[in-house]
Amino acid sequence: MARNVSTQRKLVTTAIAWTIGILIFFPILWTFLTSFKTEAQAIASPPAFLFFDWTTENYFEVQSRSDYFKHFMNSVVVSFGSTLLGLLIAIPSAWAMAFAPTKRTKDVLMWMLSTKMMPPVGVLVPMYLIFRNTGLLDTRSGLVMVLTLINLPIIIWMLYTYFKEIPGEILEAARMDGASLAKEIIYVLTPMAIPGIASTLLLNIILAWNEAFWTLNLSAAKAAPLTAFIASYSSPEGLFYAKLSAASTMAIAPILILGWFSQKQLVRGLTFGAVK
Amino acid sequence: MGSITLKNVSKVFGAHAVIPSIDLDINDGEFVVFVGPSGCGKSTLLRLIAGLEDVSDGAIVIDGKNATELPPAKRGLSMVFQSYALYPHMSVRANIAFPLKMAGEDKAVIDKKVADAARVLNLTDYLDRKPRQLSGGQRQRVAIGRAIVRQPEAFLFDEPLSNLDAALRVNMRLEISQLHQQLKTTMIYVTHDQVEAMTMADKIVVLNRGRIEQVGSPLDLYHRPDNLFVAGFIGSPKMNFISGSQAAGHQAHTIGIRPEHLVLSKDHGTWQGTVGVAEHLGSDTFLHVNADAIGTLTARVSGDFAVTHGDRVFLTPDPQRLHKFDEKGLAIR
Repeated sequence: MARNVSTQRKLVTTAIAWTIGILIFFPILWTFLTSFKTEAQAIASPPAFLFFDWTTENYFEVQSRSDYFKHFMNSVVVSFGSTLLGLLIAIPSAWAMAFAPTKRTKDVLMWMLSTKMMPPVGVLVPMYLIFRNTGLLDTRSGLVMVLTLINLPIIIWMLYTYFKEIPGEILEAARMDGASLAKEIIYVLTPMAIPGIASTLLLNIILAWNEAFWTLNLSAAKAAPLTAFIASYSSPEGLFYAKLSAASTMAIAPILILGWFSQKQLVRGLTFGAVK
Repeated sequence: MGSITLKNVSKVFGAHAVIPSIDLDINDGEFVVFVGPSGCGKSTLLRLIAGLEDVSDGAIVIDGKNATELPPAKRGLSMVFQSYALYPHMSVRANIAFPLKMAGEDKAVIDKKVADAARVLNLTDYLDRKPRQLSGGQRQRVAIGRAIVRQPEAFLFDEPLSNLDAALRVNMRLEISQLHQQLKTTMIYVTHDQVEAMTMADKIVVLNRGRIEQVGSPLDLYHRPDNLFVAGFIGSPKMNFISGSQAAGHQAHTIGIRPEHLVLSKDHGTWQGTVGVAEHLGSDTFLHVNADAIGTLTARVSGDFAVTHGDRVFLTPDPQRLHKFDEKGLAIR
């Protein structure tokens, strides 16, 4: 029997939910609004909420000072590239751990996850030196590599959890039917794991898109993605809030749109296996 | 030709020997059933033959060639799994065609073989459906279709009917038997259900704790069980066992008598007792009789025999059908 919920209680819960939702969304909304203000209005106290002189001047300024599309393309290449490369490595690894585990598999999984617990700055100097000495500094391929490595544990963990849900007998059937390991993965495992792979792909594109520590430290001009584009508007000489906001809005817009259209897939991915 | 020979095959998981050591010959074209209680190692043995598990020791010879180290696909065997293990993202057609596609067959050859298999298995109308749109019996037929298109040396069935309801199980049992007569290919069938074993097998292998207790034809096992385990496992309802002074009178440690070999009478006989439960099946009645001197006995009598709970009856074993066992549980002949 469904629970009886009074109208009053519904109203209260709805109000609380909206308040929390708006609180979480507010910084993004504020950034969006600020991007249409002049620099003076942006730092005015008390701040104007909606009634100010709307201007798109910041966007033109930002575009003319630093080429948005160059950074955008860098972000696309780095985030998609690192995610695809990560999947190529992670699918066979997760296969091995899910379907041919040894007694050390759990330890390996924990060890991989533990690398995510270390503060990245701890290895900044050696990483920087390796990048400098191998000529990878400020290259897209260098960023693709480093983002692949830092997100690989998460990709493997997510795929491992999905693969665990696939009955091993189906893969054994494929083996009996004459499929080699590669064909078993391509024709049977991957198509069955498509929903899981899709949500892993989306989540990792978002993580890679937003990653700022390594992209800021290992790129300068040529390979700099949108994180560097935003950061360039926060300088020691002072903050240009309106331009910073315009840059931020432009940087997060693509990933917000991607997230909006794929939210069903993402939610499924994040709660996969919770209820069965 | 699909003869399979196991030589000293053993399987050890950690410190636990699931299969200590097994020798077995399976002739070409035979329908062999591995039967035993759960955990007896019958599925493991099948998986060793399939190549899905590696043997710890010994050799598996298929069709005269040593296949011990061969991967599953190279052994020329097809397997039908308990869960059907169909590829959920592929249509019935693609499922059946999959082994042929893996073998690199021509599209025209694949189409023809799939159509033939579908006709044999009454699946022609379902070729474009996905497995989830089929009933349990149809799914099982698809799994069988996928197994037969390759024309393997032998078929391996791992409890293929245990997910089906009782009526369907009887039908599929018949269909698999008919398929065997049609194809005349070696079949190895694993089940815990002794009725399936008795009705389908040319040869039954009774397994217990990883060891072969007896190998023989269904009637062989029924009439001449080698030991107490086989005597108790084969036959339904179970054989009655009596030990003590009654057995000593027959120069045995234990005597066994099947329920159908006890003669029931209301006024005279060897053992007297009270009817506890009477199960009326119509054609037969199973009586659980609390015999005064020896405990509960099960008897199978004609459905016409009017008897109910609490009646006093006499039971007499047919002396020709009495089984005798020594203190180790081995048959005395």
